[in-house]
Amino acid sequence: MLTAILSGFVFSIFLVFAGKFLKGKLAVLSALVPLALFVYFLSFLPQVAAGEVIRQEIAWVPSLGLDLNFSLDGLSLLFSLLITGIGFLVFAYTAEYLKNHDYLDRFYGYLGMFMGAMLGLVLSDNLLSMFIFWELTSISSFFLIGFNNTSEASRKSAVLALAITGSGGFLLLAGALLLGNVAGSYDISEMVGLSSNIISSDYYIWIVILLFGAAFTKSAQFPFHFWLPGAMKAPTPVSTYLHSATMVKAGIYLLLRFTPVLGGEDIWNTTLITVGGITMFYAAVHTLFRTDLKGVLAYSTISVLGLLVFLIGLGTQYALTAAAVYIVVHALYKATLFLITGIIDHETGTRDVTRLSGLRKVMMPVAVAGLLAALSSAGMPPFVGFIGKDLVYESTLEMGNWAVFLTVLAIATNILVLYAGFVAGIKPFTGPLPNDFKKVHLPGILMWIPPVILALLGIIVGIFPGIINDSIIAPVVNAVGMEGSAVHLKLWHGFNLVLGLSAITLATGILLYAVFKPSAKKERGIARLDFIAPLTLITNFGHGFKAFSNWWTRIFQNGFLRNYVSTIILFLVVLVGYSLFADQNEIPIDLSSFSRMTYYEMIIMGIMFLAILFVVGARSRLTAVVAMGVVGYAICLMFVIYSAPDLAMTQFSIDTLTVILFVLVLSSLPKYLSISDYRMKAVDGILSISFGVLITFIALEVLGEPVNKEVSDFYAENAYVLAKGKNVVNVILVDFRGVDTLMEISVLTIAAIGVFSLLKLRLRRDDRELKD
Amino acid sequence: MEILLAIIIGTLYASGIYMILRRSLVKLIIGIILLGNGANLLIFLLGRIAKGAPPIIPEDSKVFLDAYSDPLPQALILTAIVISFGLQSFAIVLVKRAHKVVKTDDLDEMNATDEYS
Repeated sequence: MLTAILSGFVFSIFLVFAGKFLKGKLAVLSALVPLALFVYFLSFLPQVAAGEVIRQEIAWVPSLGLDLNFSLDGLSLLFSLLITGIGFLVFAYTAEYLKNHDYLDRFYGYLGMFMGAMLGLVLSDNLLSMFIFWELTSISSFFLIGFNNTSEASRKSAVLALAITGSGGFLLLAGALLLGNVAGSYDISEMVGLSSNIISSDYYIWIVILLFGAAFTKSAQFPFHFWLPGAMKAPTPVSTYLHSATMVKAGIYLLLRFTPVLGGEDIWNTTLITVGGITMFYAAVHTLFRTDLKGVLAYSTISVLGLLVFLIGLGTQYALTAAAVYIVVHALYKATLFLITGIIDHETGTRDVTRLSGLRKVMMPVAVAGLLAALSSAGMPPFVGFIGKDLVYESTLEMGNWAVFLTVLAIATNILVLYAGFVAGIKPFTGPLPNDFKKVHLPGILMWIPPVILALLGIIVGIFPGIINDSIIAPVVNAVGMEGSAVHLKLWHGFNLVLGLSAITLATGILLYAVFKPSAKKERGIARLDFIAPLTLITNFGHGFKAFSNWWTRIFQNGFLRNYVSTIILFLVVLVGYSLFADQNEIPIDLSSFSRMTYYEMIIMGIMFLAILFVVGARSRLTAVVAMGVVGYAICLMFVIYSAPDLAMTQFSIDTLTVILFVLVLSSLPKYLSISDYRMKAVDGILSISFGVLITFIALEVLGEPVNKEVSDFYAENAYVLAKGKNVVNVILVDFRGVDTLMEISVLTIAAIGVFSLLKLRLRRDDRELKD
Repeated sequence: MEILLAIIIGTLYASGIYMILRRSLVKLIIGIILLGNGANLLIFLLGRIAKGAPPIIPEDSKVFLDAYSDPLPQALILTAIVISFGLQSFAIVLVKRAHKVVKTDDLDEMNATDEYS
């Protein structure tokens, strides 16, 4: 399985080197990769249908609980087949659609990367590796949406999609870590057994919220749905593959995968029903007001995603079966419709549904595929869509008190989805053929065969539902924790309430299609409500946040280094000062333990104090430097008095050197400026003095604490015994901590090189000219 | 005596910070030097001070016989003095250079990272 996942990435990397050869006629060969994978996954069908779960475990970072554990059960297999199957058709279709495109190889590279990531996502049993693949799908989606990188709208949509799905990724990571901590393992298969522990834990609510956030952003649920219509800026094969059939279903996959772990609680079911219900109806209504074919399809995709979330929320045996069937149904007809839209766009140059008509006369096979897909989306018997719709109604009808409301909502949504399917699959092909489309012809066979295959599959599976019943749907239902053997997909249930509801849906939907015509005027009408649309609100929030960050940065990162210093000092004084004085168990400053003052010490201190005042108050550089020297020598004397001869010598030589260096470069140093006004000086003065006072207090408090001399005693006792030296300070420096001293010398050398080069460095020519 | 030292250390810190907060480049360097001296003295004081007991083992002995002042802070400070000299000399030359190239010694005019034009 790892090989299967990696093959997508390997294919992408291969294209980096061999892309040139694959750009021309050979492009279609790249479709062999998904085809081989499709056959590979198909070969697992009997095993999975028999209830087996195929596992592969590879330790990656065991200490983090991050392992490449893959498991293939019914749910993973369904998605793997969709990814590779539709992937195969899309790869083939692209060869014709982007024929002779400059960056065809790049496009295939992104597609291959996406395919690998998506397979990894649905096969990972380890939640952390799943997160990694989840992010990889977001990233490849970003590249694919922005594929036409010369168009600003494309780039904006790509960034928007990345922002929304990427923030969902963060939520997934947070949820995964929380879940892993609660469960004690990151393996989803182990979590299923711990379900009751997880649900009773305090963190359950947070885990659910975080995972919902991830699923809703990825699967474009209200109010995060708006990135999906924007993502339609991508070339149509991408819309087909990522934004309809596979990637946007990753959220659905996540919810299904965690149904047996987290499901069954009120918060789980109610939230999903509410969000799914709102999304499916809201998006379905929007399809009425779109004239761009891809816009219509985008909103009807969101609506179906909402329906899937809604079904997972219902959570019954019927509902989950319906969800599984609907994933298949939707993949088949929506991919067909997208591919057809791509053909129309490619051949006529427009996707405006008000302009398109009569195309059946010039591209019959495409029209047939469109008709079949539209009928399947309408849920007309004997299409697979009919089975799906029946199951939806059956599951809403058993919801007790809410049955009527939920069923009506489902019917209304289905009517609108039917309308959308008809607009995309039938409308462009009926009516008279306008003159400017007379010369339109069928595209290459690679482009029209894939939608025909998908459309035919829709009707074949509809007539013989047994094909997918035991092999695919039952294992999926098993995988989400329900009784798979109870699944019996049938086309004909006899005359009952559900059939009546289906008839109502079909009749009303067809009536709506006949009466309601999409027009630019209606599109403009709904645009007036844009100011309360989630997209506008979130964009405005984004602008506001940016403005706030700008303001914040301007205040705190203003480029004046002094302000940074004073901010740091201010916070230091306030925080440390507060904790020092708020501490009740204050250590009393014990004056009696201090040594006696002698008059010569006091004189030295006095000199030092005066010298410091001189430095601060000096009006010329020379005065300041000389006063600095005095301070240094005074410190030197202190070292002499307090038994530190080595320090005294070092301080003496270093201080002398500093003064000499200062005097040497003094002439070329800038004048001693005094620019600040009195207010500034006062503020800085107060800040500095309070800082000094704080340091004094800290020093005195620390002196009251007992001192630990263990390390010093070790050095003192062993200086001669081990290192044969009697000056302990020297022994420490050159023997015990010799390597440190070596490093110090290196640092000094680097500083010396820096000084030397700064002095000797010639100015660049333009600077020299400037000087002259 | 310690209390006087603590006050001097506080003064060194205060004057160091005050000088760093000035706009003049030269004052910045002086501030850094003052701050460094303050820090050295602080370490010295906190290692406890003692008079007339340098950490040197007497001629005729292999170990200390009397009390001795703590050698560890001294070793640390010795390192610190030398390193701060490296810093100071580099800073002095850098300031000289910056003044020559940017032609200002007002720190407020050196608040952009962009290449000078």
